[in-house]
Amino acid sequence: MPGNTRVSLGRRAFLGGMAAAGAAAAGLRAGRARAAESLNALVWCDHTDPALIRPFEEAFDVRVNLKEYEGTGTAFSIIEQSAPGDGDVFVIDGIDVPRAVDAGILAPLPEEELPTADLFPELVMAESHVRDGRTWAISEKFGYNTISYNREKVDPADVMDMAVIWSEKYAGRIAIYDYYLPIIGLVAIGLGKKTSELTEADLPAIREKLFQMKKVAKLVGDVVASQTALATGEVDILVGGGEWVTAGLAAEKPELDWVLPKQGGLRWSQSIGIFADSTRKDLALEFVKYILSPEGQARLATSSCYWAMPANRRAGEVLTPQQKAALRWDDQPAYLARAQLYPAPDAELDARMQDIWTEMLQQ
Amino acid sequence: MAAVRAARRQRLRGFAFVLPALLWTAAFFLLPFAFMVAMSLWRRVGGRILESWTLENYADFFGRPHFLEGLANSLEITLTVTVISVLFAYPLAWIIAEKVPERWQRAALMLAVLPFWTSYVVRSYAWLLVLAHDGVVNRALLAVGLVEAPLVLASTRTATVIGFVHFFVMLLTLTIYANLRQLSPNYARAAADLGAGPVRIFLHVILPLTLPGVMVGAFLTFVLAIGDYVTPQILGGNNELVLPQIIMLQIGRRADLPSASAMAIVLMAVVTLVYFACARWLRLERA
Repeated sequence: MPGNTRVSLGRRAFLGGMAAAGAAAAGLRAGRARAAESLNALVWCDHTDPALIRPFEEAFDVRVNLKEYEGTGTAFSIIEQSAPGDGDVFVIDGIDVPRAVDAGILAPLPEEELPTADLFPELVMAESHVRDGRTWAISEKFGYNTISYNREKVDPADVMDMAVIWSEKYAGRIAIYDYYLPIIGLVAIGLGKKTSELTEADLPAIREKLFQMKKVAKLVGDVVASQTALATGEVDILVGGGEWVTAGLAAEKPELDWVLPKQGGLRWSQSIGIFADSTRKDLALEFVKYILSPEGQARLATSSCYWAMPANRRAGEVLTPQQKAALRWDDQPAYLARAQLYPAPDAELDARMQDIWTEMLQQ
Repeated sequence: MAAVRAARRQRLRGFAFVLPALLWTAAFFLLPFAFMVAMSLWRRVGGRILESWTLENYADFFGRPHFLEGLANSLEITLTVTVISVLFAYPLAWIIAEKVPERWQRAALMLAVLPFWTSYVVRSYAWLLVLAHDGVVNRALLAVGLVEAPLVLASTRTATVIGFVHFFVMLLTLTIYANLRQLSPNYARAAADLGAGPVRIFLHVILPLTLPGVMVGAFLTFVLAIGDYVTPQILGGNNELVLPQIIMLQIGRRADLPSASAMAIVLMAVVTLVYFACARWLRLERA
C-alpha cells in the first residue's frame, strides 16, 4: 500500500540518516583522536584567525586551544585562577614581559632557535626580553598608537601636531581609544615629555590635558567601538589609533589614514613566550618558531582581528605589495626612529594613572 | 508512638524534597557570596592579595568622588529605564490582553518578545549603528526635515537608556500581561455596575490589582539594569561610567579582585535595599 510504502521509505531514510550521522560522528571522533595532542595558548585576538592557526595544526597534527584576552591585568587574573600547567604559550604586551618574568610565569627560550637576527633591531628589546643572560620572550608584532583620521574630513596638516587631540577645532568629532597607558603616553609626548621618564610629578599636567581631551571627545571606546566610530563617520579622528585600526580597512575605506605627528607617537609591541609550568614545552617552542617564521609573521600581520607590522623583517618576502603599502612598510625606519615606547610605570604610578583615567572617564 | 514516627518521616521527606534546592543555593550562591565578602575585606598590594582583614576597599570606594558618581549614574539610569519601560510595557500588555483577539494573543506576544531571540551584545551593537551619526534614525530625521543636522544620539546616556528600554519593555510586557490575564473581568464589570467610568475603573480597580505584577517586573528590570555592563559599555561610549563598568575596570585593568568585590557588595546592598522598599508588592500570592 502507498501508505505502507511511505512508512517503509521513511524508516529506511531514517535508519540511513542515523547510519550516516553515526559514521560522521565516528569520523569526527577519529579526527579528534588523530589530533591527540593539544596546545593551550593565552593570546590577543589576532591569533584567533584560523588562517594563522590552521597551518600549524595541520603541520603538527595538533589542536591549538586559544583563550583570548585584552589587557595584561586580565591575563594575570586568568593565570592566577588557572591550575599550573593549564597554559603553554603566552602572548603578552612587550613592555609587560619583565612583570611576567618577575612573577615566574615564563620559561627561558633557547636563543639559538629564535630568529632574533631577522627582527627589526628596535624590536629585539633586550631590556624587556633578556634577563640574567637568558631570553624569556620574543617580539612577534608591533605597531603604533598614534592618530587615525578621515583624510576627507580632517586637514592632514592638523593631525601632524599632537595638540589636535585636545583642540576645539574638531570638538565632538574625536574618539579616544579606551586604554590608559597609550593615551597617557600620547599626551605626555604632546607635552614634550619622554614616556620612559614619567613620574608622579608629571601627572597633574597630564591629567589637565586628559580632561581637556574628554571635553572635545565624542566617545572613549574599546577596539571595536572606536574602530566602528571612525569607520561609520561617527568621528573623524581616533586618538590612540594606528595601522591596527585602518590598515585592514584600506580596501573598503581608503579615506581612513593614520599618521605619526611631528612630536612622534607610541610604539606598541606584543611578545610571545612559553609558560614556565607548560608540560608541552617542545610543542610550544614549535608554535613560537612557526609564529616567528616569515610565513607565520605574514599571516599574523594581516590577521582578521587587526593588522600590524610583523617583528620579523623577512615577512616582507611573503607579504604582497598592497599589504606592505597598507602597513607602511617603507616608512618603518623613520617611524621607528620617532616613536617612543609605552610608559612602564611601577605599581604605584600605574595605580595613580588608572585613577586619573577613571576620573577622566567620569567627567 | 507510631504517629510521632510518621510525623518525623513526613518531616524528613519534606526535608529531602528541599535538600537539592538548599544544596544548589549553598553551592552557587551562599559559598561564592561568602567568598566575595571575605575577598572584599582583603587587599591587593603590589600585585599580591594580602589576606588580612581591612575595610580599606570600602573606604576607598566611599572616599573617591568618581566611584560614588558611578553609583549615582547607575541609580539614575536604572530608575529612568525602569519608569520608561513600565510606561511603555503596561499599555502594550493591556492592548495584547484586552484588545487583541484571544487567538492572536500568542502571536502578538511572540512578536513582542521577538528581539529576545537576538544576542544581547549583537543587539547593542545594532543600536549603535541605528543611532550613529549617519545611522537610520538620523537619516530618517534629516529626510523628513525634522532636523537640519544629525543629532548626537550614539555614545550618550540617551543611547544607553534606549538600549535598556528596548530590552526591558519586552520583559515587563510578559509579567504585566500574565497579571492582566489572571484578573477576572468581573472586577471591572462590578465597578461599572456601581457607576464607575473607564478611567476610574482603571485607576481604582485594574491598576491596584495588577500592581504586584508591575512591581515584580519593575524590580527585575531594576536588578538586571543596575548590574548590566554590556549596554552602557557599548552604547554609552564611556562618556560616563556606571558601577559595573568601574567594577570591570578593577578586574580587567588592575586584577584587583578585592576592590571589585567590595564594589559588588555595595551594588548588592543597593539591590537589597530596593527589594525591601518594594517587598510589600513582591509577594507571589495575590492578596
